[in-house]
Amino acid sequence: MRTFRYHRATDPAEAVRMVAGESEAAYLGGGTNLVDLMKLSVQRPRLLVDVTRLPLGSVEPLSDGGLRIGATVRNSDLAAHPVVRRDFPVLTRALLAAASGQLRNMATVGGNLLQRTRCVYFQDVGKPCNKREPGTGCSALEGQNRDLAILGWSTSCVATHPSDMAVALAALDARVEVLEPDGAREIPLTEFHRLPGDRPDLETTMAPGGLITGVRIPALPYARHSTYRKARDRASFAFAAGSVAAVLDLDGGLVREVRIAYGAVAHRPWRARLAEEALRGQPATMENFGLAADEELAAARPLPNNGFKVSLIHNLTVRTLADLAEAATR
Amino acid sequence: MPEETERSSVTLAVNGQQHRLRLDNRTTLLDALREHLGLIGAKKGCDHGQCGSCTVLLDGRRVKSCLIFAVAASGSAVVSVEGLADGDDLQPLQQCFIDHDAFQCGYCTSGQLCSATGMLDEVRKGWPSVVTGDLAAGPVRLTEEEIRERMSGNLCRCAAYPQIVAAIRATATAEAVR
Ligand SMILES: Cc1cc2nc3c(=O)[nH]c(=O)nc-3n(C[C@H](O)[C@H](O)[C@H](O)COP(=O)(O)OP(=O)(O)OC[C@H]3O[C@@H](n4cnc5c(N)ncnc54)[C@H](O)[C@@H]3O)c2cc1C
Ligand code: SF4
Ligand code: FES
Ligand code: FES
Repeated sequence: MRTFRYHRATDPAEAVRMVAGESEAAYLGGGTNLVDLMKLSVQRPRLLVDVTRLPLGSVEPLSDGGLRIGATVRNSDLAAHPVVRRDFPVLTRALLAAASGQLRNMATVGGNLLQRTRCVYFQDVGKPCNKREPGTGCSALEGQNRDLAILGWSTSCVATHPSDMAVALAALDARVEVLEPDGAREIPLTEFHRLPGDRPDLETTMAPGGLITGVRIPALPYARHSTYRKARDRASFAFAAGSVAAVLDLDGGLVREVRIAYGAVAHRPWRARLAEEALRGQPATMENFGLAADEELAAARPLPNNGFKVSLIHNLTVRTLADLAEAATR
Repeated sequence: MPEETERSSVTLAVNGQQHRLRLDNRTTLLDALREHLGLIGAKKGCDHGQCGSCTVLLDGRRVKSCLIFAVAASGSAVVSVEGLADGDDLQPLQQCFIDHDAFQCGYCTSGQLCSATGMLDEVRKGWPSVVTGDLAAGPVRLTEEEIRERMSGNLCRCAAYPQIVAAIRATATAEAVR
């Protein structure tokens, strides 16, 4: 590992100034991804600016029913927060489906959104990888791609974003609050992560050196009827093979409103707007849930080893929506 | 506040004892405990956050010490497996591990003990897990399924899992009865 300087920031503006002023600087959250990648020499910062003592550590329910979450709130505290459990269960379930108890105690909201792909070639500095080293090629295209994308990929990169939390936030129309060298702004979560195109090394629409200061979830009363379903290779402590976050509002037997997002299928959490569109106003039946999933997945282009993801996501969509519909009638 | 060089002064309260170390910033909390403080209870299994054998309590919460730089933990209180017992008086959890044969080679055991200590505390606080049916419901019923899910961050190469679950269950049951 390369040597580095360490600075513990106490003021967000100071943290941004320090990172912007140094070409090889990185923010340090819980370290569960960055420290790992530093050990693998995938990331080699010269300066770490520790953000965990910034005053961004609280979850604030807003008077209109929304929620503001500080960037340094730990994943476990967010999952256990009584208001999140009651009003946004999809978020609690997504957080609790990720990593392990110890890692959730460490991981921060900001770091979770910016965690890097688990593509094995990205993590292996001996292999070509356009994301790690632009222009070297993509080893996964014809290599181990079972865990990688079926939607939105390019021949430059077929990686997926591995976060569970981000999938729930995508379904909830969350907004990411960032402090960039030029000032503060908000970015809708669904526009925060980029598709790879020909620049897979650029992962977000945030300016270089930007600091995530928080996440805002707008009020959504029917989000009490929401859940997250994750399929993985073992019962616990594994990244998703595919996942679905869903929020469902029924009017009698009809779908009044629905929000669906998919995980582990693309370079960013995948908001399934075509499926949502197909369902609005329709009877909440298994058949319609399946047709809606087909609508979204028509654009899927599976890689040689991950064709199973198309039917997996289809089935997860049907099961998740059916569970929500059933719970609503109880 | 550590100064900005590639080494830092690190203060750690470990098992109730205050230490001041001068460390290369690359030193993980795990290496600080093992290599600099001679506390070799916490084990290095994978060094990548995957096995749980390095689990300690940091300011009361279970964490994986291989993914934390010591400098980032400076100012915090650490409890490692050496700090669980009160002298020769074992914690009920430790005694239950012995009573239930909850280890074979023992390599994962210190991590299991620290993790279970933190986990039981999370249960006392009413934290749900992904297998908890009703998120809104009050106290957690610590079923076998709950224990397995909550302890999934600790691997055991010897697969002493059934005994580990039994030991933790016995600890929780004894606590509930008291
Ligand atoms: C064994 C293992 C299993 C895992 N399983 C899962 C899983 O199943 N599902 C899942 O979703 N995740 C999983 N994770 C990943 C884990 O959730 C992430 O590593 C974690 O959320 C990252 O948060 P952190 O605070 O530790 O980030 P760090 O490692 O500190 O940082 C990650 C990145 O974010 C940047 N950063 C941190 N904070 C900020 C900020 N405020 N503003 C701007 N940049 C910032 C850092 O510079 C770095 O580039 C797993 C991790 C491990 C090690
Ligand atoms: S899929 Fe992306 S991250 Fe993986 S090897 Fe190809 S370019 Fe690199
Ligand atoms: S050594 Fe830390 S988790 Fe394996
Ligand atoms: S007892 Fe040997 S690894 Fe668990």
